[in-house]
Amino acid sequence: MSQSVIEFQRVTKSYFRDEQEVPVLRNFSLSIPSGKFLAVMGPSGSGKTTILNLIAGLDRPTQGTVHAAGIEVSRQRESDLARWRARHIGFVFQFYNLIPVLTAAENVELPLLLSPLTKRERVKHVQAALGLVGLSDRIHHYPRQLSGGQEQRVGIARAIVSDPTILLADEPTGNLDRDAAQAVMVLLSRLHLELNKTIVMVTHDPRAAEYAQEILHLDKGKVT
Amino acid sequence: MTLATLIVRNARRHRLRVVLTACGIATVILAFNLIVTTVRAWYAGVEASVPNRLITRHAASLSIHLPLAYRDRIASISGVTGVTYANWFGGVYREAKGFFPQFAVDPASFLDLHQELVVTDDERKSFLGDRRGCVIGRRLADLYGWKIGDVIALKGTLYPGDWEFVVRGIYRGADATADETWMLLRWDYMNERRRQFDPDRADTVGWYVVRIADPGLAGMVSRSLDSEFANSAAETRTETEQAFQASFVAMSGAIISALKLLAIVLNGITLLVLANTLVMTVRERTREYAVLRALGFRSSHLTALVTGEALLIALFGSMLGIALTMPANRLYAALVSATLGNFFQRMTLSPSTLILSASITLCLAVCASAIPITRILRSRVANDLRHVG
Repeated sequence: MSQSVIEFQRVTKSYFRDEQEVPVLRNFSLSIPSGKFLAVMGPSGSGKTTILNLIAGLDRPTQGTVHAAGIEVSRQRESDLARWRARHIGFVFQFYNLIPVLTAAENVELPLLLSPLTKRERVKHVQAALGLVGLSDRIHHYPRQLSGGQEQRVGIARAIVSDPTILLADEPTGNLDRDAAQAVMVLLSRLHLELNKTIVMVTHDPRAAEYAQEILHLDKGKVT
Repeated sequence: MTLATLIVRNARRHRLRVVLTACGIATVILAFNLIVTTVRAWYAGVEASVPNRLITRHAASLSIHLPLAYRDRIASISGVTGVTYANWFGGVYREAKGFFPQFAVDPASFLDLHQELVVTDDERKSFLGDRRGCVIGRRLADLYGWKIGDVIALKGTLYPGDWEFVVRGIYRGADATADETWMLLRWDYMNERRRQFDPDRADTVGWYVVRIADPGLAGMVSRSLDSEFANSAAETRTETEQAFQASFVAMSGAIISALKLLAIVLNGITLLVLANTLVMTVRERTREYAVLRALGFRSSHLTALVTGEALLIALFGSMLGIALTMPANRLYAALVSATLGNFFQRMTLSPSTLILSASITLCLAVCASAIPITRILRSRVANDLRHVG
């Protein structure tokens, strides 16, 4: 079995609402080996998105430790985390979150601005990523000129363009119709199978979860 | 693509908002530039001062005159290379609004010591040869359409009666700082008539202008000069021409201070206008900034994005403001001239004023971006990703 690329050790995460402590994850442990495609399912408030945020270092655990892509995420400084994220984490969002004033190519190029690549190298990477998601002919289109499914594929191209260690997908099909959702899942599946990407996907959609190697069911911060 | 691309595209997202903000900044810059130009106009005399000239006047007040007999004693003091004298004439042309500075001077020595007032040899000769003659500045001549040979009738205030002077020369300034609104008339002519109506004050002068060999010795020469007349009936006070001019400006100190305060307030408005626009902009893009942070963009990148946009808007506003200032200043100068006559020597818009206003605005843009940047960096990315703008 491959070595773990993500590891949660006895993680508890609580939020405070109106001075009231709301626990989201309780004594949660999880080990995800490199190259695994894991789907996390569960009702709203079960802690699914919190898991993604903790992996990416966008949130810190109340207790316990989170290791991902070679570092203890929960103990890094913000500036170090930003550098680490640029290198190791790719994000796919439910609402695509493309920058509306940038073209598809420019949106995909964004993470590469943080790399030492030259302009020519960046263009090559962008073309490759957009080719991989089947949008070579939409390079100069702005997000408003794309369909939802196309926008999400641009989002996926942006997530993979810097060849990150881990791909985090938060409800990637949540805003798509059935056909577009299927196309996105086929794409994520290909990334896993062909490029051996470690993917952690949060979803409500059982059809989307079927594409994963393993499904983790969460309820009230615990694995069920 | 670079971060600059994103800055420019972001700035163009809400064009109406950016244009309105830039117009607000431009208006402030316009007002600021006119205020600074006005304040500088007040100091024009100070700027035009020559470092090797001293002014000696009565120690108690400028309104108390000094004996003409002091001239030779002043000339004999070590370090002094020339002396002339003048009286404030204070006549009125047509009506009280028609004010311009008139000085009764000793023509030869006054023109010798004021090389910045350029007259031709013929004009000089003509002035020296006519006791009723006068020399006027080019701007003054242009204002009233006077030319050589014209007769100027003044109503005396300090020196009562009707006075007539024949224009014998029109001087021009040797450089831009020279005042071209003076009228120089002859002291001997004025003194001759004064003997008739005010014999007690005859043979006195308002002040002496003293040329010194070395401006570095101004303090020492001033002290020597004043000690020469210490304990006399008319003690003197000597200071550099610059200090003398500055003392006149100080009389309008309250107005100048108010104008300066207004200029500061205007810059405060720029700060608020820009900060307001940026806060709105950043709030609308909360999720986008969170996405950038999730992608690995650091605080420095986000700071550059927000500050860059603020600078771009400020630059646009500054350029617009400067473009508006140029014609507006011409109009303003004409209005001031029509209202106040030659109260201000000149209302020239200096390039340094434009640079100053633009620089202050750009600095304010950096300050204005501090609030939204702080908001972005303090917020939690996980929360902002869920933000619906």
